[in-house]
Amino acid sequence: MADGCGAPTQSAPLPANIDLTTQVVLAGRVTSGSSPVGGAFVRLLNADGDFAGEVVASPEGDFRFFAAPGSWTVRALHRTGNGQAEITADGPGLHEVGITVG
Amino acid sequence: MSRENVLVSAEWSETNLNTPGVVFVEVDEDTSAYDGGHLPGAVKIDWKQELQDQVRRDFVDKAGFEKLLSEKGVGNDDQVILYGGNNNWFAAYAYWYFKLYGHENVKLLDGGRKKWELDGRPLSSDEVKRDATNYSANEPNTAIRAFRDEVVDAIGSKNLVDVRSPDEFSGKLLAPAHLPQESAQRPGHVPSALNVPWAKAANEDGTFRSDDELRTLYRDAGLDESRSTIAYCRIGERSSHTWFALHELLGLADVKNYDGSWTEYGSLVGVPVAVGSES
Repeated sequence: MADGCGAPTQSAPLPANIDLTTQVVLAGRVTSGSSPVGGAFVRLLNADGDFAGEVVASPEGDFRFFAAPGSWTVRALHRTGNGQAEITADGPGLHEVGITVG
Repeated sequence: MSRENVLVSAEWSETNLNTPGVVFVEVDEDTSAYDGGHLPGAVKIDWKQELQDQVRRDFVDKAGFEKLLSEKGVGNDDQVILYGGNNNWFAAYAYWYFKLYGHENVKLLDGGRKKWELDGRPLSSDEVKRDATNYSANEPNTAIRAFRDEVVDAIGSKNLVDVRSPDEFSGKLLAPAHLPQESAQRPGHVPSALNVPWAKAANEDGTFRSDDELRTLYRDAGLDESRSTIAYCRIGERSSHTWFALHELLGLADVKNYDGSWTEYGSLVGVPVAVGSES
């Protein structure tokens, strides 16, 4: 049976098998004020605004996507409010972006 | 087909959590969300462990489905309300599966877990135990399930709707961007397939788009409503979401879900495969 499409558990430290010399990783934290917000639905949208993926942020607010080089929007939905941020990844590596909600 | 016959709102669900004869079922591949908090009274079904045959690549047979629902405490007369994470992907798969085995009284909670959580509605981590039933299923209704040979025969004659992301369709990726790349031996898509990513059928809160929006979406993509349709994705759950939109919401007559999907098709020897963004 092939693995399904559920997103892997989100956590801040990158798994050891992620090669940052080849993978474009977009990662960050959802916050409100100075506090992390867990459980937000974080959506990755491409430069045309089309949906590319969605994960649920960890209890500490962390999220992560494996993407391609380009301009992206990360948009967080949470019961306390929504927020979004833009990020441009020019190549492989870890690209960090924070999202404020509320 | 009327929307009220196949979908319930989060509001309706919250007021009917304790209604006798209504059973809420959370369906997910990763059931840790359920364990952390679920709709009060809802039972869980593990998509991978309980709906899939653990030896062959197929889903559980009629006897297996009867045993599963009996143990979960679901009766033949119960109204089943399915919901889950991932914008209801696995719940939509289960919906299709319940229909396949003849359980007609089943609906989806529009928006699934996401809408429920965004609304700030109550979750419970209490263990749920329902009395066992003696569930009886029908023989599988293959009018809604496509197999590989039908897909090959449909090239150029039926609507083939590939609901994966554009990068999976074109052959750049073998799996969604947030997952390890695995599965089929060859990337690409079935020749003549339209690419209408499943997410276009949903609003950002996980609810389905309106019937008018859905009709426009598929018409603009080139879907010919006078033809039969087969939807597929990678493993058959995202395409269940689109099958639901086409068959249950828009009421198109002959729509099948190809649950073998790209993991099967992309590994077949001798079948036509297309790469690139064109159908």
